[in-house]
Amino acid sequence: MPVAAPALALENVTVTFISPDGGRYTAVRDTTLRVEPGEFLSVVGPTGCGKSTLLNVAVGLLRPSAGRVDVFGAPLAGLNGKAGYLFQTEALMPWRTARGNVAAGLEFRGVEHRAAFARADDWLQRVGLRGFGERYPHQLSGGMRKRVALAQTLILDPQIILMDEPFSALDIQTRQLMENQLLELWSANRKSVVFITHDLEEAISLSDRVVVLAAGPASHPIGEFAIDLPRPRDVAEIRLTPRFIELHTLIWHAMKEEVLKSYAQQQLH
Amino acid sequence: MPSNSSTKLLRLWQVLLALALLGFWYAATSPTLLPPVYFDDPNKAAFFFGEPLKVFERMWDWFASGTIYAHLWVTLLETLLAFVLGTTLGLAIGLWLALAPTASALLDPYIKALNSMPRVILAPIFAVWFGLDIGSKVALGVTLVFFIVFFNVYQGVREVSFTVVANARILGASDRQLLRHVYVPSAMSWVFASLHNSVGLAFVGAVVGEYLGSSRGVGYLILQAEGTFDINAVFAGIVVLTIFALLLDWVVTLAERRLLVWQPRGGETDKI
Repeated sequence: MPVAAPALALENVTVTFISPDGGRYTAVRDTTLRVEPGEFLSVVGPTGCGKSTLLNVAVGLLRPSAGRVDVFGAPLAGLNGKAGYLFQTEALMPWRTARGNVAAGLEFRGVEHRAAFARADDWLQRVGLRGFGERYPHQLSGGMRKRVALAQTLILDPQIILMDEPFSALDIQTRQLMENQLLELWSANRKSVVFITHDLEEAISLSDRVVVLAAGPASHPIGEFAIDLPRPRDVAEIRLTPRFIELHTLIWHAMKEEVLKSYAQQQLH
Repeated sequence: MPSNSSTKLLRLWQVLLALALLGFWYAATSPTLLPPVYFDDPNKAAFFFGEPLKVFERMWDWFASGTIYAHLWVTLLETLLAFVLGTTLGLAIGLWLALAPTASALLDPYIKALNSMPRVILAPIFAVWFGLDIGSKVALGVTLVFFIVFFNVYQGVREVSFTVVANARILGASDRQLLRHVYVPSAMSWVFASLHNSVGLAFVGAVVGEYLGSSRGVGYLILQAEGTFDINAVFAGIVVLTIFALLLDWVVTLAERRLLVWQPRGGETDKI
């Protein structure tokens, strides 16, 4: 049997933006990133290091200036139909109720209205929002809106889930609840996840593997660490185990050195 | 928020103010009550400013005999047609230009010119094109409503959050679905925000059109009264129009509440 292709592979991707005044800005340079089917990968790096750019390339919103994107071995053209995307900022349609938002993807794909709403109710229940279907986004708290967004993405059962600092705007308690819920949903039905964060603890507690990016511009991976913590995990408890602290120290050292190095380089230019 | 009793007090004062103004009007224009202070003839004040009792008498006649209803109906019909047509056109063209940057760049100076032109001046042309019946009034109202809606839709589409559009596309929305489920609802919120304005202007278009030449409508009544120096009927017409405009505005407020449930209202504390 041939070796299965990775779910998502970014091969030597470079993204250079041209500003209206003709200036060039390279956000990401020569970056290779592979995610296996069923793997939970986190990408950490300081703010502004091009993490979101990588995800936008992976989902097909941005075309890379150089390099290739493969999805299950096939080159990506247009939008990535196998991927779901959880945005950092508000992405719900404010004129649709929570149920309408969760059902949106199904309706776009031609599922009949009533069937879509029934499945949306099921998903709202799964993310702990039973009875909130009739509410509009402005009537929900930030944490609840994230749950709706999560249900909206997961209801389509994407093979690849891309998450762009989805919980960064939440308070720490809500955040840990959401992280545990995410792990629970993910382990019930293992998909490939690319989870972007600037929080190393969050990355370690959730992932199978952590990739560290250098600070931008021209960001690229500077280290890769397998996380061999046992599953199932509780994100609050796992932070207290010796192995977690060991891994944290290890990655933080690598990260700090490299971040300082790239920071110094940045100062020179 | 003012308390209940202070609201009642405010209402009382508002009614008293209205009564005082009416009383002053009555006293100052009555030919017999006070000696003339400004005019040499005691009937002149009444000739220029009308008499409140006669104004109400005139209105009473109109409603009691039922002659006003046909005119009100014509004015209402013109207002509604102008509003519906102007909104539809503004919505369609606003969406098109907002989503087609080339066409928008090409037409930009023309739209600016048309918008800055005082469009009431088109009324005589419309009278020639569409006759003195309701067509010319509707056309005038449409030109007034169109630009309000057009600019709001244009703005509405431009202001849709990039993330919401990207998210809808990733969820699988086709271009048509994007238009229907993202751009139109977003634009509609801006259209509804300008609902009071556009209904008001549709009404202005209808009345001004009638006043400039017509055979029916409340504006026509005023024109007729003016032609015979019947100042009381002119005032009666103005009062009827004002009441009518307030009623329209109230209906719009009701519609707005229903249509914009998804928007947060100021001071709403419904979060959980």
